[in-house]
Amino acid sequence: MMDFATILQVFDSTVRLATPLLLACLAGLYSERAGIYDIGLEGKMLAAAFFSGAIAAVTGSVWLGLLAGIAASTALSGIHGLAAITFRGNQLISGVAVNFLAAGLTVVIAQDWFKQGGRTPSLIGGARFTPVKLPLADTLREVPILGPIYYELISGHTILVYLAFAMVPLTWWLLFRTRFGLRLRAVGENPAAVDTAGVSVVGNRYAAVAICGLLCGIAGAYLATALQAGFVKDMTAGRGYIALAALIFAKWRPWYALSSTLLFGFLQAIALRYQNIDLGGVVVPVQFMDALPYILTVVILAGFVGKAIPPRAGGEPYVKER
Amino acid sequence: MERMPQWADVVLVPLISLLMAFILSALVIVAIGEDPVAAVKMMVNGAVGSTYGWGYTLYYATNFMFTGLAVAVAFHASMFNIGGEGQATLGGLGVAVVCLALPWPHWALALPVAVLGAALFGAAWAAIPAYLQARRGSHIVITTIMFNFIGASLLNYLLVNVMRPVGSMDPATAKFGPGTHLPTLHDILAVVGIPFSRAAPANISFLIAVVACFLVWLLIWRTRLGYAIRAYGKSEPAAVYAGISPTRIIMISMLISGGLAGMMAVNNVMGEAERLIMNSVEGAGFIGIAVALMGRSHPFGVFLAAILFGFLYQGGAELALWTSIPRELIVVIQALVILFTGALDNMVRMPLEKLFLALRKDDA
Repeated sequence: MMDFATILQVFDSTVRLATPLLLACLAGLYSERAGIYDIGLEGKMLAAAFFSGAIAAVTGSVWLGLLAGIAASTALSGIHGLAAITFRGNQLISGVAVNFLAAGLTVVIAQDWFKQGGRTPSLIGGARFTPVKLPLADTLREVPILGPIYYELISGHTILVYLAFAMVPLTWWLLFRTRFGLRLRAVGENPAAVDTAGVSVVGNRYAAVAICGLLCGIAGAYLATALQAGFVKDMTAGRGYIALAALIFAKWRPWYALSSTLLFGFLQAIALRYQNIDLGGVVVPVQFMDALPYILTVVILAGFVGKAIPPRAGGEPYVKER
Repeated sequence: MERMPQWADVVLVPLISLLMAFILSALVIVAIGEDPVAAVKMMVNGAVGSTYGWGYTLYYATNFMFTGLAVAVAFHASMFNIGGEGQATLGGLGVAVVCLALPWPHWALALPVAVLGAALFGAAWAAIPAYLQARRGSHIVITTIMFNFIGASLLNYLLVNVMRPVGSMDPATAKFGPGTHLPTLHDILAVVGIPFSRAAPANISFLIAVVACFLVWLLIWRTRLGYAIRAYGKSEPAAVYAGISPTRIIMISMLISGGLAGMMAVNNVMGEAERLIMNSVEGAGFIGIAVALMGRSHPFGVFLAAILFGFLYQGGAELALWTSIPRELIVVIQALVILFTGALDNMVRMPLEKLFLALRKDDA
């Protein structure tokens, strides 16, 4: 059986692994709530991971890296917006294109700039995000139970982790308590009504897609400059798709997104720590743990456990009647 | 009245889109300090300048024909099957099961059963997403993406824990028996006295792919079922009104689609590797999307687009070998082709429609 310290370590790693999923999941939430399907989360994260890693490596500043990552991700969002909103193309196909564009370009550019087989140099010092020690973490460490929880689990993460968790209430407030949020959700449910009210459908959708780019940019930068020290080829490793799965699992709601990404982060943490899990004679293979987020999503989508209903106008380009 | 003549729709729009994709790709090559003209020359030389090059180009094209047809058939029923990768992975499992089950005496006996096994396993992997779409309304795109990952994990498990020969560290099946060795294009062309590279992997599967193109054309445009699939794809309410069952069409078109994707494994698993390894599909399932979009979902278009992508793949491998341009450049080109021929279709189409409309007014 696992002891207390091990459990803490697993939860600690859950938080680290859930952070990029949470950021990408919230990114997708903004976009899909506004009626723009986005299966290009993976590509945007990957592009952000590369450019943040590359710029941080060259300048030595992780903050410039973060900005570069956000810029790259938002640029891809712009392409997606152009295809999906302005030219009313197929949003799914556009997302696929964005994913491949990022997968190809990151390696081509990385090879051209650094000549290290599609990776950036390892980031050191100020080129990485360092853990933040919360106040009193050392003092309270000796307190039984709660002390280690505070020291190990809550304190000692990078600033982006706290930012990601803060985004959950912020997103909830923005979407459900502000006029902007109401309009954003409305263009995803009934764009014609929004248009009739004199509010720009195109403007709101572009705003949502831009926020999506911003959050994917932070998620990608987190991968390359906080979780790991530098970019390696295909480092997102399907996280964009897991985030997409988490979004469906969360039924397009911010607080549910927190719990679903924590769950999927936990599965990753377990799979990372244990190869095969022995549950009293029945051995669960690691491959099953890897596939579990996807299996759970299919089950949820099938409506066997609750029902996930997407925004009504999702995936449909808006055409004003003439 | 049509907004523009049909030839413009079928030929001009894809050609302009393709041209834009290639111009941007050339700019990428310039940006990384290489000469695009020299790069194209090297690609042409490497891909079609020798029978060795042709052998690889046609080998890749065979994969892309199967996956391209798979995406195209689903497109006709207005479904986006993004799961070709997983279906082809499972198709490989089907081929491996067939090839390892019996000591096959001759390839001519093994081949039809292997084709069947590949198609069956591929179709089975498409069946669950299809059923969930038809009966539970789960979006086929999301479920097929999920099934790609589940398929990869399943194969990983089977190769590591079940199918790996005793004593082998490599997560792969045992080598298939000599009775499953498919004739290569070298063997086939030697019969009619044409010399062809012995080393290239192109094999009899290429001919199966060409036959599959023809059969899909027959199915879509010359049968009652094909008509029903197209009718459903154009308008679900109209199809229902005409007595066409959506569940039936979704299931049948997805099973055909998955079966076609699975059949790719006859080429890469049975024809080339002669054993099942991890990640044997290598993204060909996704290239099928670009191929189907470029080929406008028409089997002949898919045939041409698959050859073009086969050329790009082999040419790209040559580039990676001799210059500092990495293989991933092909992924960039592939992305741009998907972007321009698929998502940004209207960017080309809208100005062209205006142009033709203006021309017609002048005539009148």
